[in-house]
Amino acid sequence: MTTATRRDILRAGAALGVLLMVRPARATPVEMRVAIEAFTKGAPVSSGKVDLVLPPLVENGNSVPVTVNVAHWMRPDDHVKAVALFNEKNPQPNVAIFHLSHRAGRATVSTRIRLGDSQKIVAIAQLSDGTFWSDEAEVIVTLPACAES
Amino acid sequence: MARTLINVPATAKRGEVVEIKALISHPMETGFRTGSDGALIPRDIIHRFACTYNGEEVFSADLFPAITANPFITFTTVAEESGEIALSWTDDQGNTQTETAKITVGQDPVE
Amino acid sequence: MTVRRSSLAAAVILLAGTALASDTDRRSGFDFMGPQTQAMQADDTANPGMLSVLDGEDLWNTPAGAANRSCADCHGDAATSMRGVATRYPSYDEKAKAPITLDQRILQCRADRQEAPPLAWESPDLLALSAYVAHQSRGLPVETGADPQLTPFIDQGRELFTQRQGQLDFSCADCHDANWGKRLGGAVIPQAHPTGYPIYRLEWQAMGSLQRRLRNCMAGVRAEPYGFGSPEHTELELFLMTRARGLPLETPGVRP
Ligand code: HEC
Ligand code: HEC
Repeated sequence: MTTATRRDILRAGAALGVLLMVRPARATPVEMRVAIEAFTKGAPVSSGKVDLVLPPLVENGNSVPVTVNVAHWMRPDDHVKAVALFNEKNPQPNVAIFHLSHRAGRATVSTRIRLGDSQKIVAIAQLSDGTFWSDEAEVIVTLPACAES
Repeated sequence: MARTLINVPATAKRGEVVEIKALISHPMETGFRTGSDGALIPRDIIHRFACTYNGEEVFSADLFPAITANPFITFTTVAEESGEIALSWTDDQGNTQTETAKITVGQDPVE
Repeated sequence: MTVRRSSLAAAVILLAGTALASDTDRRSGFDFMGPQTQAMQADDTANPGMLSVLDGEDLWNTPAGAANRSCADCHGDAATSMRGVATRYPSYDEKAKAPITLDQRILQCRADRQEAPPLAWESPDLLALSAYVAHQSRGLPVETGADPQLTPFIDQGRELFTQRQGQLDFSCADCHDANWGKRLGGAVIPQAHPTGYPIYRLEWQAMGSLQRRLRNCMAGVRAEPYGFGSPEHTELELFLMTRARGLPLETPGVRP
């Protein structure tokens, strides 16, 4: 039995690269800003309170686990009202908008998202007092080997 | 009806914050992909998801094509009284589905 | 597009210093995954493969075909009757005088016992039945290959595993025996133990069989993939399962 040399493997990797699909046009940082402004109606956004949890290195961009925690109480008169997620490079900048009431008890939401490429993700929380808070994270999306052509 | 996996604790203490998880079988077709014939495959995603607790909405979400196929969503709610938690969602084809779970809330409040 | 391609080329960096797979250091593909993907598999309420297992449970209990019988009509509770069954597949079939896979066994029952039209390879229903049956063996060690009648077929599978193929002239062993643990593109090369099948693969955003997974590896080295249900697939699967003997089944596995 022969053993693959480093160069052989590199060759395989390069060939696998050619098998990648053509991806559609993507959103731009400007489009993300526009989408954020549509959510905040132009109100200022402060950083803080929000904790956006994403794996720094994801194995497949088709499914990236994301959790958002907002460190703020959930009282009937003072609570987190909404949590929105935005991305820079998918075809569309919006990911999800979660609407919460004080009955959530805690402002923690999780889901799984698609990311076509390494990029910045932004989470923004809207409080019932009308203020907006945010956190962001850079995600590195690695490519699967041996995918279907 | 799409296959779903809904996780709501069967019992809780009054005032306890409980976690609700939903895993829904759905292609979440983005509308940005082309089929083998080169034509764009029409978008078909669950765009709206909501949770009611004894009829009152306690959580909802607007979803976009960046949500994965077979979406998974978790959130919390305060167990206030025994009753029914209903999760419902609507996709681009207008299909709406509702799944319900019973929750029994004990008398002793959490400290 | 350009960005993606060049980032892949840059990412094909082999990490040095791994040994050959020995009997004492056999690891499931699970062990090579990141913590988030492991968590997705480990939690039944978060594992998308469980949707397919639940579909399979429904199918198990639904009468089908001219015989109008359900799997349950003959086999009863799968938790008892199917426990451990998947750990022995592919197994020797007296009629075929050759090994058959679990999917082929299910298709046999569907044709001969239910007298129902065949389910297509990779169809959601076949994957669901297969996932449901294999799930009954989750946690049990693989035992495939004990039957001496299988020996020539295992040898044939080993031959396929070690022969070079494709435009890139790679054997399966070049990657999975000699270079496991190293990175290829964004992926870590696993030891190729088929312990989680059918799996929910994030790349597919769906369930798929081991044969679909192997076809991806063959396409990766620019080889003509074997057809679904072909003897080559059965022999490769038989060899891989024999090689994985002792490792616990994980169905439904989640893989990147
Ligand atoms: C160029 C290297 C390479 C070659 C050659 C190759 N594979 Fe793979 N194989 C991989 C990589 C990398 C993965 C993991 C892919 C991922 O996670 O995206 C993989 C995954 C697998 C898996 C899945 C294991 C699991 O945990 O589910 C099996 C089984 C497998 N290969 C079998 C084979 C067989 C059989 C052959 C020969 C026909 C083969 N491979 C050829 C690189 C290779
Ligand atoms: C009419 C009765 C009948 C029905 C219906 C039936 N089976 Fe079977 N099945 C059998 C019998 C009898 C055997 C074992 C004898 C043999 O080799 O055929 C068997 C064997 C099997 C085995 C192999 C068990 C082993 O230990 O290797 C599997 C797996 C299986 N059936 C799955 C299914 C599934 C899945 C269905 C429904 C799609 C189904 N069967 C429907 C009668 C049935």
